[in-house]
Amino acid sequence: MVTAAPTPPASRAPAGRGFFQPYASPSFFDEMLTAQGSVRPHYEKFIECLNQCDAADFNDKRRAIDLAFLRQGITFNVYGDEKGTERIFPFDLMPRVIPTKEWEHLEAGLVQRITALNLFLRDIYHEQHILRDGTIPAHYVLSAKHFRREFVNFDVPRDIYIHICGTDIIRDHDGRYLVLEDNGRCPSGVSYVLENRRALKRTFPEGFGNIGVRPIESYPNELLKLLQHVAPTGVSDPTVVLLTPGAYNSAYFEHTYLARQMGIEIVEGRDLVVRDQHVYMRTTKGLRPVHVIYRRIDDDFLDPTVFRRDSALGVPGLVNAYRAGHVSLANAIGTGVADDKAMYYFVPKMIKYYLGEDPILPNVPTYLANEENDRKYILEHLDQLVVKATNEAGGYGMLMGPQASAAEREEFRRKIEADPRNFIAQPVVALSRHPTYQDHDGSFDGRHIDLRPFILYGEKPVIIPGGLTRVALRKGSLVVNSSQGGGSKDTWVLSGDQ
Amino acid sequence: MLSRVANGLYWMSRYIERAENTARLVDVNLQLLLDFSNLDDRALAGHWQPIVQSTGDEELFAQLHPQATGRSVTEFLVFQPENPNSIVSAIDQARENARTVRDQLTAEHWEELNRIYLFLHSQAARDLWRRSPGDFFQEIRNSSLLLQGITDATSVRHEGWCFLQAGRYLERADKTTRLLDVRHASVPERGLPPSITQDAALGWSAVLRSCSAWDAYKALHGAEVQPALVAEFLLLSEDFPRSARFCAHQLNLALRRISGVPEGKFCNDAEKLCGRLCAELQFSSVHDIFERGLHAYIDELQAKLNTIGAALFQAYITQTFSQQADEEIRQQEEQQQQQRGAPHLPRP
Repeated sequence: MVTAAPTPPASRAPAGRGFFQPYASPSFFDEMLTAQGSVRPHYEKFIECLNQCDAADFNDKRRAIDLAFLRQGITFNVYGDEKGTERIFPFDLMPRVIPTKEWEHLEAGLVQRITALNLFLRDIYHEQHILRDGTIPAHYVLSAKHFRREFVNFDVPRDIYIHICGTDIIRDHDGRYLVLEDNGRCPSGVSYVLENRRALKRTFPEGFGNIGVRPIESYPNELLKLLQHVAPTGVSDPTVVLLTPGAYNSAYFEHTYLARQMGIEIVEGRDLVVRDQHVYMRTTKGLRPVHVIYRRIDDDFLDPTVFRRDSALGVPGLVNAYRAGHVSLANAIGTGVADDKAMYYFVPKMIKYYLGEDPILPNVPTYLANEENDRKYILEHLDQLVVKATNEAGGYGMLMGPQASAAEREEFRRKIEADPRNFIAQPVVALSRHPTYQDHDGSFDGRHIDLRPFILYGEKPVIIPGGLTRVALRKGSLVVNSSQGGGSKDTWVLSGDQ
Repeated sequence: MLSRVANGLYWMSRYIERAENTARLVDVNLQLLLDFSNLDDRALAGHWQPIVQSTGDEELFAQLHPQATGRSVTEFLVFQPENPNSIVSAIDQARENARTVRDQLTAEHWEELNRIYLFLHSQAARDLWRRSPGDFFQEIRNSSLLLQGITDATSVRHEGWCFLQAGRYLERADKTTRLLDVRHASVPERGLPPSITQDAALGWSAVLRSCSAWDAYKALHGAEVQPALVAEFLLLSEDFPRSARFCAHQLNLALRRISGVPEGKFCNDAEKLCGRLCAELQFSSVHDIFERGLHAYIDELQAKLNTIGAALFQAYITQTFSQQADEEIRQQEEQQQQQRGAPHLPRP
């Protein structure tokens, strides 16, 4: 007979009596709490686990993680800071939990969307059916800043344009998942997903066994498989490298992290050289051929002989080697057109057009300033709308109508009238909130969050369960970008719950 | 291995070793002062000036400080950001290099280097320095030793490791000679030095201690410290891991491991010069050193080490970056394409 090892009596403290104190959340959708303040079923197990520690334990855990991040150099650089200060990306210990059913819905919607986007890019860089028959007015595509007309009729390996996509998802007042934007160029953040998980596993080891959190550790392996999949034809054992802008880029940690996890070289532009339309890297043993480049540099900087002449980050001749089919790039050149916020407006139409399906994940309602009726509406409702420049990212070039001053609104009115193609507007979405630890008084309070899942589009689409949950740490703030006071959370997708 | 990465590893390793040796130098000389009583300003300057000279940065020092005092010299060697070889600067540069080769380092290695970097830039470092300089230097030395231990215990013996070894031993050979050079003024310019007084012996044992050589020396020669024996031990010992000969030998092994060329042959100048230096150190005696003069001998040795470093850089780092050849090839390539009528893609 086996004697069971003694265990502490199970503490089944219901929410409200343990460490976690719920709060009322009447005016927003809260991920964890219902309007009445009770814990939603998919969070119950975690709250049990959390209530086994007290404030002192919790603070010890937090400090240990912050210190570990700082020591490991899991930091980002703040642009415009002369001392090159590195900061850690603030991490909140409370994980965001997504139940199985909701994730299945998200996954289906994201796969549908990336499939349509890749078909769209294939189309506009070839026959342009969708423009010819007027489903999308041609001028929107042809005037897009990142439409690369030089690549019309150029075939990319396996017809994949966006290999790695980081779609931003939000939830509205009713808890409905909406797509906020598709990031089809060089989306970053996946290293934080992997590191946050490692940190939380060390912090709440018991949680992972009991709660049934789906693992995400296969990401680097899936990414490498994808990169090998798009190697130039005839190369059986391709050399894959990651091209970084260098150690001063804000995402440099992520670049080294991914390269190390995949076991590939991380190179800078100056490490590569093009000879006779083939790309080589400069090694201690001479030049070695390179077949696939996972580039974390924007199109504009890739090749100074083709794009920006002043680019010191790129590789002269790279585009010629690419056109000759001797090297593959992920993502392909010219995907930026899909990131144009005016193009975002048309994604539901693309899904219908290419797949004959209704979009599973809806867009946020969007007004195009270039359309007369929409423009009129935008200008009349500037105090209620969020106005965005169509080609900016990271929360820059934006007007938050309700919070803006009259002068700021006036400035945007002039900008919109001068260049309507460059602006869209959306109603303010009351982003869902999530309990987040408050350093100053040790309580939990709701903070707005979004979600960036990472989609790999190779032989078949692969999405690691979850993604990066970003949280606006300032009370009431809707801006989750790390450059503007955002933090992050681990994201748990449950397996086998009802 | 990428040339840039090899370069980054090599310099990271050198800078860590540099920080450690500077910590040794300052620590031992601070302790040495405790053995002398009633030193006036001139005697103090006489104590600190050779230390600055041994680092080779006396010009920069003169620009920054009017006088060699304990305070100014230690500030210059430990914290001064304007001194590229101060301990803080060396760790900064080691970490900067490590950042560019982050993917080549084990997590443990990076975390320790990052930890000592963060420590040196914290108030805690200044506090410890004021409260207990000995503990402060021990912190630096221990960190460097830990980094070496981590490398030994966790690094794959690939090319990158060889560049780490090459950087470490080249730097160490150079620094051991500099630590020894601090005392050169106390011996005749040429010829074997005579027996020395108890006070002078303190200075020479400080040199041994700054190289962690005190115990090893005593085991070999007993407690009697004689300049000729100290110089012989630190330059020519076959087995002591900080002697110039030992370091040159390790450097030679690393270079050969990189290229795969066996002993007795060479395929580049770094190997040729390093092999020659090893032979020289192997077949020299203490008489040869003092016949040439200790300072002159050390000067020449340092120059040889610098030449080997430059040759290594030429062989593995700059060779593949030869800009001129690239430019030529690029022009020819463009001409070819124009002849073929291949699409050229100008963009405003």
